[in-house]
Amino acid sequence: MKYLDEYRDGTVASKLVEEIRRVQTKPWVIMEVCGGQTHSIVKNGIDYLLPEGVELVHGPGCPVCVTPLEMIDKAHAIARRPEVIFCSFGDMLRVPGSNGDLFSVKSQGGDVRVIYSPLDCLKIARANPDKQVVFFAIGFETTAPANAMLAWRAKNDGVKNVSLLVSHVLVPPSIAAILQSPQNRVQGFLGPGHVCAVMGYREYEPLSARFKVPIVITGFEPIDILHGVLMTILQLEEGRAEVENEYSRILDRAGNRPAQQLVANVFEIGDRKWRGVGTIPKSGYKLRWEFRDHDAEKLFNVKEIDTREPEICISGQILRGLKKPHDCPAFGRECDPQHPLGATMVSAEGACAAYYAYGRHLQAEKEREQLVSIGGGA
Amino acid sequence: MCLAIPGKVVETFNANSMLMARVQFGGVVRDACLEYVPETCVGDYVLVHVGFAISRVNEEEAQRTYAALAELDQLTELNTPEAEDVAGGVSLGSGL
Repeated sequence: MKYLDEYRDGTVASKLVEEIRRVQTKPWVIMEVCGGQTHSIVKNGIDYLLPEGVELVHGPGCPVCVTPLEMIDKAHAIARRPEVIFCSFGDMLRVPGSNGDLFSVKSQGGDVRVIYSPLDCLKIARANPDKQVVFFAIGFETTAPANAMLAWRAKNDGVKNVSLLVSHVLVPPSIAAILQSPQNRVQGFLGPGHVCAVMGYREYEPLSARFKVPIVITGFEPIDILHGVLMTILQLEEGRAEVENEYSRILDRAGNRPAQQLVANVFEIGDRKWRGVGTIPKSGYKLRWEFRDHDAEKLFNVKEIDTREPEICISGQILRGLKKPHDCPAFGRECDPQHPLGATMVSAEGACAAYYAYGRHLQAEKEREQLVSIGGGA
Repeated sequence: MCLAIPGKVVETFNANSMLMARVQFGGVVRDACLEYVPETCVGDYVLVHVGFAISRVNEEEAQRTYAALAELDQLTELNTPEAEDVAGGVSLGSGL
């Protein structure tokens, strides 16, 4: 496919790896922000191609992963109601709450539907005027224009039986939270290409200047990621800290203005809790007051549900780039994609799920066995 | 979750007063909303996320990046003699 296949070319990839080897003189820790990038890195073994001393750590950029457990529980409570048709992107269906997932809600009689586009909810609502259609509106800035359009059309077209359960998160505050942590190890970022297709990258410039870190807005194909790593290492080696754009075929500095405008009309910025991380100030979107008749949290008055994460899970440290999945004693044992314990295993794009999907739990198990046998022989 | 795929616009139309398109991804054709890239024409490539085109592929920039990667290829070629020296004259490159 055009604009995909040419960015998967092995010859170009090996040239880029060669160039990275040539320019890198010191060890560097680089974080890829987006879960889609993590998935591409693990799937293509990009971290194994890089020279020793270039470490990729995986960031918080998977909205399915960071949706807090109490929000999942709220979604399930709403989805169980007989008058509700609950619509969601497919990624959210397997995410466990305190008491099962959306599949189990469906198996118990809940009307749960997977949709391709948020606009599908309008069609479902028009066809079912006696039902309440609730959409689980999650995502980063990439998804905000699509979700905003649903709220906008529902209000302006008078489709009263559509509402949104909003759990939207924003990338720049999460980068700031990582850099402010005293334990931070990250020296440069591969910025989120599709988030910036919508938002542009102006808001990353003050972050780069304040924390003196390179941020290279990067795409998702193997060539994009290697090119982004090369651009980041060049900045680090030369002592520069700027925002650069690797993904110029898709985005520019300004981003998509019509999308930004509609998002600003529908949403306002508020504090958000991130699963595995905690509350980050001004890190999410909520519906503006004018859209209160389409705000599922207000309409269904689901009270605050107190939930607790398993203590063994280290997903919070993985999301901040402090640990890797195989550092966790539960990885591939008590915790796998069928029985996830925490944020980074619940979605296919989570770092733990990506490591598991490409067999790295087998390697972790082998290393554990070797350690045990060494320990036993001593 | 932020997965978005480039596809070719094969038809544009209006539905419920919204600008829409039929977009071809390899062998699959799906509808996408064009409200955020209203200047799009048939034949353009757009980046589609959850049924919405969020960007038009900039063909000039795509070609420029490719040219830069080709240049990188030449730079690496220029640097290969050092590797050959180390290897005692045996070529490690793909020149053969």
